[in-house]
Amino acid sequence: MSISPSKAGTVDNMGVETREGIMVIADIENGILHRSTLELLGKARELADSRKTSVSVALAGNNVGELKQVLFEHGADRVYIMDCEELGTFDPATYKEAYISIIKEAKPEVILISATHRGRSIAPRIAAHLATGLTADCTDLYFDEKGNFIQVRPAYAGNIYAHILSRTKPAMSTVRPGIFKPIQRIPGRTGEAVVMPKTLCPRGVLRTISKTHRETASITEAKVIITVGRGLRRKEDIELVKKLARIIGASVGATRPLVDMGWMPKENQVGYSGNIVKPRIYIGLGVSGSPMHVIGMKDSEIIVSVNKDPNAPIVNISDYAIIGDLYEFIEKLTKEIERLKSKIS
Amino acid sequence: MQKNQIAAGCEYVNFRIVVLMKPTPDPDKVRFDAEKGTIIREGVELIINPYDLPAIELAVQVKEKLGGEVIVISMAPPQGEEALRDAIARGADRAILLTDRRFAGADTLATSYALASAIRKLGNVNLVIGGEKSIDGDTAQVPGEVAEMLGLPHVSYVSRLIDIDYSRAIVESDLESEVVTYEVPLPCVLQVTLNVAKPRIPTIKGKLQARKAIVEKWSADALADIADINRFGIKGSPTMVYRVVIPKEKERKRIILDTEQGVKAVVDLLMKEGLL
Amino acid sequence: MKLRNYYPYFEDFHEDIKSLAKNVSQELEKRAREADEKGSEEIMRENLKMLAEHGFLGINVPEQYGGQGLDERSVVLSLEEIARGCAATAFSLGGHYLAVGSILIGGDEALKQKFLPRLVKDSIGAFALTEPNAGSDAASIVTRAEKKNGYYVLRGEKHFITNGSIADVFVVFAKTSPEKGARGITAFVVERGIPGLLIGKKEEKLGVRASPTNQVFLDDVEVPAENIIGKVDEGFKIAMQALTRGRIGMAAQAIGISRLALQLAINYAENRVQFGQPIINQQAIQFMLSDMFIMLRASEELTYKAAWLADRKADVTLEAAVAKLYATEAAKLIVDKSLQIHGGIGYTRDQVIERLYRDVRILTIAEGTSEIQRLVIFRNIKRPLD
Repeated sequence: MSISPSKAGTVDNMGVETREGIMVIADIENGILHRSTLELLGKARELADSRKTSVSVALAGNNVGELKQVLFEHGADRVYIMDCEELGTFDPATYKEAYISIIKEAKPEVILISATHRGRSIAPRIAAHLATGLTADCTDLYFDEKGNFIQVRPAYAGNIYAHILSRTKPAMSTVRPGIFKPIQRIPGRTGEAVVMPKTLCPRGVLRTISKTHRETASITEAKVIITVGRGLRRKEDIELVKKLARIIGASVGATRPLVDMGWMPKENQVGYSGNIVKPRIYIGLGVSGSPMHVIGMKDSEIIVSVNKDPNAPIVNISDYAIIGDLYEFIEKLTKEIERLKSKIS
Repeated sequence: MQKNQIAAGCEYVNFRIVVLMKPTPDPDKVRFDAEKGTIIREGVELIINPYDLPAIELAVQVKEKLGGEVIVISMAPPQGEEALRDAIARGADRAILLTDRRFAGADTLATSYALASAIRKLGNVNLVIGGEKSIDGDTAQVPGEVAEMLGLPHVSYVSRLIDIDYSRAIVESDLESEVVTYEVPLPCVLQVTLNVAKPRIPTIKGKLQARKAIVEKWSADALADIADINRFGIKGSPTMVYRVVIPKEKERKRIILDTEQGVKAVVDLLMKEGLL
Repeated sequence: MKLRNYYPYFEDFHEDIKSLAKNVSQELEKRAREADEKGSEEIMRENLKMLAEHGFLGINVPEQYGGQGLDERSVVLSLEEIARGCAATAFSLGGHYLAVGSILIGGDEALKQKFLPRLVKDSIGAFALTEPNAGSDAASIVTRAEKKNGYYVLRGEKHFITNGSIADVFVVFAKTSPEKGARGITAFVVERGIPGLLIGKKEEKLGVRASPTNQVFLDDVEVPAENIIGKVDEGFKIAMQALTRGRIGMAAQAIGISRLALQLAINYAENRVQFGQPIINQQAIQFMLSDMFIMLRASEELTYKAAWLADRKADVTLEAAVAKLYATEAAKLIVDKSLQIHGGIGYTRDQVIERLYRDVRILTIAEGTSEIQRLVIFRNIKRPLD
């Protein structure tokens, strides 16, 4: 019932000499492949080609065998399949067991996992089990001239990028979704499917009591985000912003003070302790641009800000800094868009 | 103790909750030297990693419900002592600082190994709670690695503790596209998000008592009987920082417009993007 | 930077008090603007509740009554930080401390046992001395207290009472012996809910708007003799001593506001570019900032010294008056200069400096106007010139 001092640690030092190939651990969401799996496959393909080696995918779950076709068509040479009923429950420990079996079989040099919540739950267990290096939330990966595998990742809330070298193999990385691109799909491409024996199916201790689906598309996927800050005078005024967002087809974000005051839910928070977003267009209304917020949106492709204060920090990082009253801006923009839409229809 | 010996209302001799805490630089005070590619840390004091505050708060709440003790453990240089003292002010009963030159230069694997070893040394731990990530390392790996090293079940991204007793916990885990409610047996490791508990500000009394409290300091030798000290610190770290790059901020156009011009510019942008 | 390294007046534990007050202040700051805009009593109640939970209501009340048993320096550091986050909350807290202080100074054991635990835990105090015709001339109050069958019947009208509408415990000063003037005043503790105690309209103020300021009517309020603080006819002394103590707290509030105003001015001047460079490069601005800095430092020295002396149980009548006068007058100047540096935008509601400008103005008036402070100082001037 409790940890006793004599219990040995679980360190699995495989001491395997030869390791090669890039392995991607498939991230499965609601029975289908999460988009990041294909992104990782694309990068794995690039890395493998530069090393003249192969790409494999570890596909574990419940009733997931059919997904192998998509994986082949997106660059996988080999897909290891661990199909177990027990994996119907997402338990990081059991998924680790499943992947360890596959890794022992495949002996990859590099293992890539999506930095989704699922991936980031499983990866540490695998790494600890193998006593190997794991680098989190990587935004770039490459082999240098000496053949070292280098993983690039942000630290200090994105203020620095660290280039990390792993001295052990396999080198493991969790990779940030939305950074890499899948290869162009090759219809009909096929590869080798390796089905792992059911005797290896793991048993877990976590029990799922219930699951609640989250409908709202995460703000991190939005192309246009309108973020509102303390320039907004009243909670009720959020409706004006939501209306504008609806007609543009944008998502609505909020700075931390608004979330703290309960004006918007936490899912909509843009900033270091909320969501880090990289939309095509970011429009900040009444957002001053405090450092913690800026961390969350500074990589937006185009930044537009609306603020009464010409000295607000956000002005400095805007492509278009509109100095004016945000209410006037919302009203005029809404009117203009409605006018254009009625002309078209 | 057999599971069937734990019945409701039967009080544990000592329900032990360990909180993994990292003393981190105050994020508002850290500066970066873009030219040298360095992080300017001198003079910046270490505070409790903001993501660990809800972990400490949750531990204290569990203790208030089930009794027992909250032990906060950190692996840090000696300056980390103040942060541990702050943890005591916030309700921890014991604070242990793992500090030794041999722990230095540790990556997450070596850090997790040291922390797991300390937990094993303590013994009889029923629950381990860790924060989502640290504001300087940002890896979110330590609680999972500690769980694996201790052979314990774990749940990450715990956004709510629904219920807990001596044998199991019911938790909600935020898996982005869904929220899953689990029952997890104890002992286990929980990695919690900021939402899980609102950290209370210490009272004056708490702060003053913490000033008098003793922060236990364990060196690598303290763990030598149950751990392999070659797995601590830089020796036990498979990953190392090759290079640090402080990115140049993207060049922005900084075109200043008034409201009229602004509306026009935004409409143009949206049209170019095919959104209108 | 450790307090002690710069100011030898403090102990190590004062560091903790300051950092705690800072944490609390950051919470207060979040709603300070809303509280000011709405003049929100509700937010003030919540703020004071939070302060109570952390021990600030009873910070200088001895532990045997449930307080923290801390010193004047701790009060100063707390009020500084709280004023920085929300000046209105600090102002209300100051009013509460005057009531608590009166009981601590003059109350017998029974009275202390009766009221202090409540005032520490969740009851707000109010100090009711001022009347429409008795402000600086406090001795000329006309509220009457007549003895009747073991009770004292209070009748009169108080105004500008801080915390009027949220207080549970009122320290009321009334004339038991009108013919004796100042020496005929008695201090009573009157509880909310007592028949005849009526809280009147809330004043719409220029600043510290979230701190409720009310008229208080005493319509034949019956107060038991055991609620007298100290002895009959000795209330004026208690009032003066409480106000002397409170002066150091006022100076602390002024320091908190000054420090913020200076910081805001520096931040603004570093970012505002005119004529091709940040205005902080202009000598005119630099000179203003230096002057502000000197005034702030001087305020700190006078206030911390006074608090240190108070903690050594010295008579701080002179030092408290000097600190209050200087720090509050300086705060007005510092805030004014800061607003000037902000320029046009400093004049808009969006900016914190606008609120500070309004909040700071009460400090040279409340708890003894600057003019009264000068009288007190003059009366004691001969002492240190020896």
